[in-house]
Amino acid sequence: MTPSTIELVPTAEDRRIARHAAAAIALTVAEAAIPLPLPGVKPGLANIVTLVVLARWGWREAVWVALLRVLAGSLLLGQFLAPGFFLSLSGSVASLLALGLAMHLPRRWFGPVSQSIVAAFAHIGAQLLVARLWLVPHDGVFYLTPVFAAAAVVFGTANGLIAARLLKELGGGKTAPVAQEP
Amino acid sequence: MSPALAAWRGLLRPGDYGIALLGLVLCVYSALHLWRGGAPDGAVIRAGGKVFAQVDLSRARTVDVPGPLGLTRIEIEPGRARVASDPGPRQYCVRQGWLSRAGAVAICAPNEVSLALTGRGADYDSLNY
Repeated sequence: MTPSTIELVPTAEDRRIARHAAAAIALTVAEAAIPLPLPGVKPGLANIVTLVVLARWGWREAVWVALLRVLAGSLLLGQFLAPGFFLSLSGSVASLLALGLAMHLPRRWFGPVSQSIVAAFAHIGAQLLVARLWLVPHDGVFYLTPVFAAAAVVFGTANGLIAARLLKELGGGKTAPVAQEP
Repeated sequence: MSPALAAWRGLLRPGDYGIALLGLVLCVYSALHLWRGGAPDGAVIRAGGKVFAQVDLSRARTVDVPGPLGLTRIEIEPGRARVASDPGPRQYCVRQGWLSRAGAVAICAPNEVSLALTGRGADYDSLNY
């Protein structure tokens, strides 16, 4: 067999993205096991990873991790190219764009919790829009907006707090992860 | 406050409270806006116990309903309706004014005409003032 002339050498960044994406995918799959009262209302625990990556490694890596998570998570759950996948994708893209803007808010005043809530609202906004335009072409979709908004505040705050806690434990900044006992 | 809770609260920055509050305001506003129970979507006009007309409340118009005493004029506007004039002696249904909630009814008994607003999720069977 002729040896391949193309050799792909994963960089440290590639490995880091893969590691973080794996954590996010694990959270997605774990979360799918939680029974939920309404379709669409879920904690979005994987976004904790996105927030941590955003704070420590920047927006580009956060985009990689979040989109890889959507792709691989949907493959694992059998949702790939199903309506749920597109809702998930549109929500992720919107929240990543929102995070790209929110990360430039003054650090002194706005922490991961703000970013998390803003991203959660962008997420439900995009999902409702896609659902209205494509899946349910009727204004009845918006009837549940207050429930989704409440979920965005509650889960956005919770995820943001967890991300802030993790960042504190990890030391924040662009440094190598340091294991610490709480 | 327990130390564990205080530690969590220490992770919040001043602006975070503002953003969370803004989110709650958005939530309450959308609830008030979207869950307006009792907004009417149509009106049923009856004469002599039979349905005379069923109209939607999307555009303004007037409907003249004949009864034993003469014509009862019903005025429809977007989202509300009233009895504009009635030949009855006491004018109760006219003085009721604009009806704007689902389930509200104006009855002109002498002329056997009634106007009722219909709607999804009507709060009450009828309202009187």
